[in-house]
Amino acid sequence: MSIRERLSGNEAAATAMKQINPDVVAAYPITPSTEIPQYFSTFVANGSVDSDFVAVESEHSAMSACIGAEAAGARAMTATSANGLSLMWEMIYIASSLRLPIVLSLVNRAVSGPLNIHNDHSDAMGVRDSGWIMLFSENNQEAYDNTLMAHRIAEHKDVRLPLMICQDGFITSHSIENIELVEDEKVKEFVGEYHPEHYLLNEKEPISVGPLDVQSYLFEHKAQQAEAMRNAKKVILEVAKDFEKMTGRKYGFFEEYKLEDAEVAIVCMNSTAGTTKFVVDNLREKGIKAGLLKLRVFRPFPAEEIANALGHLKAVAILDKADSLNAVGGALFQDVTSAMYVSKKQVPAVNYVYGIGGRDTKADDIEKVYEDLLDIVKSGKVENPYRYFGLRKEEK
Amino acid sequence: MPYNVKEVVANKPSRFTSGHRMCAGCGAPPAARMIMRALKPEDHAVVAGATGCMEVSTFIYPYTSWTDSFIHTAFECAAATLSGAEAAYQSMKKQGKIDNTTKFIAFGGDGGTYDIGLQSLSGAMERGHDMVYVCYDNGAYMNTGIQRSSATPRFADTTTSPAGTVIPGKMQSRKDLSKIMVGHHLPYVAQTIGYMNFKDLYEKAEKAIYTEGPCFLNVLAPCPRGWGYPTDMLMQINKLAVETCYWPLYEVIDGKYKINYKPAKKLPVEEFLRPQKRFKHMFKPGNEWMIEEFQKEVDARWQELLDLEEITNKV
Repeated sequence: MSIRERLSGNEAAATAMKQINPDVVAAYPITPSTEIPQYFSTFVANGSVDSDFVAVESEHSAMSACIGAEAAGARAMTATSANGLSLMWEMIYIASSLRLPIVLSLVNRAVSGPLNIHNDHSDAMGVRDSGWIMLFSENNQEAYDNTLMAHRIAEHKDVRLPLMICQDGFITSHSIENIELVEDEKVKEFVGEYHPEHYLLNEKEPISVGPLDVQSYLFEHKAQQAEAMRNAKKVILEVAKDFEKMTGRKYGFFEEYKLEDAEVAIVCMNSTAGTTKFVVDNLREKGIKAGLLKLRVFRPFPAEEIANALGHLKAVAILDKADSLNAVGGALFQDVTSAMYVSKKQVPAVNYVYGIGGRDTKADDIEKVYEDLLDIVKSGKVENPYRYFGLRKEEK
Repeated sequence: MPYNVKEVVANKPSRFTSGHRMCAGCGAPPAARMIMRALKPEDHAVVAGATGCMEVSTFIYPYTSWTDSFIHTAFECAAATLSGAEAAYQSMKKQGKIDNTTKFIAFGGDGGTYDIGLQSLSGAMERGHDMVYVCYDNGAYMNTGIQRSSATPRFADTTTSPAGTVIPGKMQSRKDLSKIMVGHHLPYVAQTIGYMNFKDLYEKAEKAIYTEGPCFLNVLAPCPRGWGYPTDMLMQINKLAVETCYWPLYEVIDGKYKINYKPAKKLPVEEFLRPQKRFKHMFKPGNEWMIEEFQKEVDARWQELLDLEEITNKV
């Protein structure tokens, strides 16, 4: 029987880490992810895990230590947010290039500047091309479930890539909600033991890791990383199937909420999906065929699948909780619309940048997006596809 | 058993093999080779390298000069990277997942240690990982083409502290990293160089590797390109660095200083400076004051060291 609990998103992530019992956790405090290493160091102090906790002096060292530990043959995990991830950035790329299946819990927060500790997705978007698998979580349950699935995906022999699980700072990380936990023994069996093929601590087969990789080789090595990312798609679905067998909870690349017969829909990630579902239900009662595509797997990007799921719509709005500051729209918008273009799905599409720096995302805001979509359907025109909602009007 | 260089070289196979691409006359490879020889033959090692000459010349895909396991990640984080590997070892050993004895040694140049890697080094040492960090100090960013670092001595001509008509080379004094490491209250800190058949270097490496806890070795590693001396002069330069007290050989064991070599007759520092092109401008007429200033600094630092030895050994 599963265990019913009430946990915050950070507690959920830390609980999953405790059940996974990694060999090494190296982490550095930063709001709003600080609680994760706090909880974890308590587990270490009380002997409820076998892990070695490395209380590093920066996030750069956190990721460096995770790389050293994982290359040595250990399972290594960490957690961070915003500027912490920015400071790790150099090592984030090195972790994926060394094909080390490190698992990171990213509690999304606005990247400075100016300084802001609240939620948006600018931290995650800054590493979207780094070769990490990126899973997004609507709530504490998904943050927990994604963490339990992480190692099976990351360590798979056809993948061997690091993986980050995203959840919204404060909105998810600090809100206590009901959660269903899997029993320790079942988690242990599901995650399995880690047996790397080559590792530094194997004295029978010393290895050298992280060479100078010149013009004759780097391109091939990068192509192998790209191949691994493509392979991850299949593995993510396989692991989700096994997870469903264990828990009854179903996961795919994305969740389609009342999307099948929808005429207008929103695409978004993380906690905004919860608010959107509420709005969709209300609109459906009014007879409006509204739907939602909540993206779970942002990297690898399931382009064809998304295009197919959205192709029948009369209009679609893509919500970005980070601005790309490129004068054309957010990263999710560009990925989704280019996927649709390539798949020849011509649906009028509009982008909304929203929730920056923790700006509240209200049901009314989401409802207004659907109203805009209905206008687009009526007029057949998309004027200014790069929009904001929740931005305060300038007071005169 | 007393140190015998012939026996060490004959009986302990090199764990840092030939074929690497370090320059002739560079002080770093012989130092690295002797440090690796200080390992017990039965012990495995994980070596971490900071980006720099040593790393880019010894591990060019698909070749490696390291017969032990080796990891390079980036410039500033050899210490943090190795601390993760050491944590993995402690954790996995405790859990019974591995049963060998592994030693952990990091190599970084002065750029990757005194400057960009100082935080990572300080963190790893403070956390008490059982590892040795070796700085091969050649006194500038040699790998990128001789830019000044905080280890560059005063007045040295580098590509970012050029000896110009208004500013005569680097105007600041050299950072004393060994003493910064002493400030971490480590069980073992030492300054050494390849001199007198590498006895001092070998013995200090052995102590550092086999002292439990975080240990630090600062090895002066002359650079023929950056210092401007003929490649066959390496061992003479090493000797002059010690005999002039520019680079004193000392160790600090649990806070107690021990000077390992006190020259019977301390040579004037200009003998160390003269063969090096980076100090050439100091010997132009009218620049005598620069040599005097340099000598003053060497004398003051040597005296400070003598005082520290005396103070820390008082019961």
